[in-house]
Amino acid sequence: MTTLTLSRALNEGLRKAMEDDPKVLIMGEDVGKLGGVFRVTDGLQKDFGEDRVIDTPLAESGIVGTAIGLALRGYRPVCEIQFDGFVYPAFDQIVSQLAKMAYRSLGNVKLPVVVRIPFGGGIGAVEHHSESPEVLFVHTSGLRVVACGDPADAYAMIQQAVICDDPVIFFEPKRRYWDKSEVDTAGGLAAAPAIDSARTLVTGDDLTLLCYGPMVRTCIESAAAAAGEDTSVEVIDLRSLSPLDLHTIFASVRKTGRCVIVHEAPVTGGLGAEIAARITEECFYSLEAPVLRVGGFSTPYPPSRMEEYYLPDLDRVLDAVDRSLAY
Amino acid sequence: MAVNAAGQAASRPRHHDGPDLRPELIQLLTPEGERVEHPDYPLELSPEEIKALYRDLVLVRRIDFEAIALQRQGELGIWASLLGQEAAQVGSGRALEPRDMAFPTYREHGVAWCRGLDPAKLLELFRGVSHGGWDPKAHNFHLYTIVIGAQTLHATGYAMGIQRDGAVGEDGEAVIAYFGDGATSQGDVNEAFIFASVNNAPIVFFCQNNQWAISEPLDRQTRIPLYLRAQGFGFPGLRVDGNDVFACLAVTRQAMQAAREGQGPTLIEAYTYRMGAHTTTDDPTRYRLSAELESWKLKDPIERVKQYLIRSGMAKEDFFTEIGAEADAVGSRVRAACLEMPDRDPITMFDFIYREPTALLAAEREQLTEYLASFAQEGGR
Repeated sequence: MTTLTLSRALNEGLRKAMEDDPKVLIMGEDVGKLGGVFRVTDGLQKDFGEDRVIDTPLAESGIVGTAIGLALRGYRPVCEIQFDGFVYPAFDQIVSQLAKMAYRSLGNVKLPVVVRIPFGGGIGAVEHHSESPEVLFVHTSGLRVVACGDPADAYAMIQQAVICDDPVIFFEPKRRYWDKSEVDTAGGLAAAPAIDSARTLVTGDDLTLLCYGPMVRTCIESAAAAAGEDTSVEVIDLRSLSPLDLHTIFASVRKTGRCVIVHEAPVTGGLGAEIAARITEECFYSLEAPVLRVGGFSTPYPPSRMEEYYLPDLDRVLDAVDRSLAY
Repeated sequence: MAVNAAGQAASRPRHHDGPDLRPELIQLLTPEGERVEHPDYPLELSPEEIKALYRDLVLVRRIDFEAIALQRQGELGIWASLLGQEAAQVGSGRALEPRDMAFPTYREHGVAWCRGLDPAKLLELFRGVSHGGWDPKAHNFHLYTIVIGAQTLHATGYAMGIQRDGAVGEDGEAVIAYFGDGATSQGDVNEAFIFASVNNAPIVFFCQNNQWAISEPLDRQTRIPLYLRAQGFGFPGLRVDGNDVFACLAVTRQAMQAAREGQGPTLIEAYTYRMGAHTTTDDPTRYRLSAELESWKLKDPIERVKQYLIRSGMAKEDFFTEIGAEADAVGSRVRAACLEMPDRDPITMFDFIYREPTALLAAEREQLTEYLASFAQEGGR
């Protein structure tokens, strides 16, 4: 076990993936000498060369589009989109090309491409640097969409994403890049949950709290605070946003009868809406209260001096927990 | 050139004058069927090779003709005709080695033919049976791409893969990316030029300038001849008579070999004309004059080869009769393949989305199966 930041854990995971398979490439803006603006690819170009860690022209569609071509040639590109709000120029390449090519070919081609996207707010950034666009990709069949929540999981999940033969949109909680935890870099991936599995981080009986990415820590802290008031909250890190691990979600909600879903993205048309509908369909007779959502408002992401009022935090999560329990 | 290097306003054409499109073409066979030499593009072809090119041209036009008829009869949902672009496609398609990789748009039926793809696979897409579904590796011919220009980036990435495989050199591999004049306005095409240029990737950008992007003429896309754009990206560009199969073959061969040997990208502008509608849903009489079409008919890509074959004594009437009969046979084969093509089981819409079906897709597949079965129990719909 070593103590690593989430950024470093991703770095170590990528390094391991590159050592394991010479076909793994990294490509993006500033991923080479600079090591990425969040240092996730720090030192990799020095060790693996410019042919495998590619500083690309400043063009997101070009990054994903050429990654598709490299994948058709047998490579496993890991693309970095520098910030969430910069992924939209690559939207066609991701949604119409990457997601659908295997399907269009009736399985004759596979596209093992990973698109890494730092997402979410809370870092005081200018606009377009704090968004949570995950549901746009969840809505697109053919993509796997995942989000890591802590360093240990990030280390395993990035390797799982690289090994996966499907395209993976990999969301990284940028305000948690410098969070630290123990990471087992010696063990293999066998101990990690499967790439499409949720994991239960806190067990509880009174209410199920569903979260992912930057909200994982917020929800663990919320559960601890609730425990102080004798409320037993179960926290589940979804990890995989598409496909959803509905089995784990349903089992928990059937046990607790109450569910609150937390994400930074706007609740309107968000992942919480989808999960709430699924729970209503499958767990209706177990529910003691309506499924509640805590998330961003239906506004554009606000200027950073207002963002603390936009982002879900411990108090807003606990408020929803209280409302559910009081129902 | 009307636009000088300094970009002085006085020397610019007024906008309504349109771009300077004087066709300074590389040409080896005139519209009248006269063989001409070009100092940079020597081309030695045996009579058999020339006859083979003629055969390709005639057969792909016949396949196209049959497909239009099938659409008119309701057997295809839509068809994008290649009429008029046969020489650009056959010339470039026959310039490729089997190991080279081609990335087409949705109109490259002639290139598909040269790569050995069964035309019935193309009909599958336009009939709505599949979205293509062929194996790109089987003929080194990628799936048709419908979003304009997107494939040029895939082609460039593939070429970057060739470099990483160390497959650049005299016996190396190269990629050809097809696109049209409209596509040159797309960001993806410009990004592909940049990625290919800075990587010196082994790729040929083959632009069939057929003068029309559905209803928009070339001057809605550009103020300079398209091939000149290459200069701004840092690689050579040239314009070839796109209705001259010899010239298209010669310039593509040379550009592909340069790419294979590590000399980087080339932009080829094949100056041609879309003789038909954009697709079978389009009505060109709304936006262009028939006089234009008539003038291009005089530059027909097939007729000039026929004239050359006759004048040079390489072929006599029996050859043309034979090819005509073969074309009809191919047309019949294509028709039969279309009419006999089975619809796929609707349940297969759930296949190949992921390498392994997800629980959600498996459940939805099961739902549809049960739903369909419920009608069978009621004695059918």
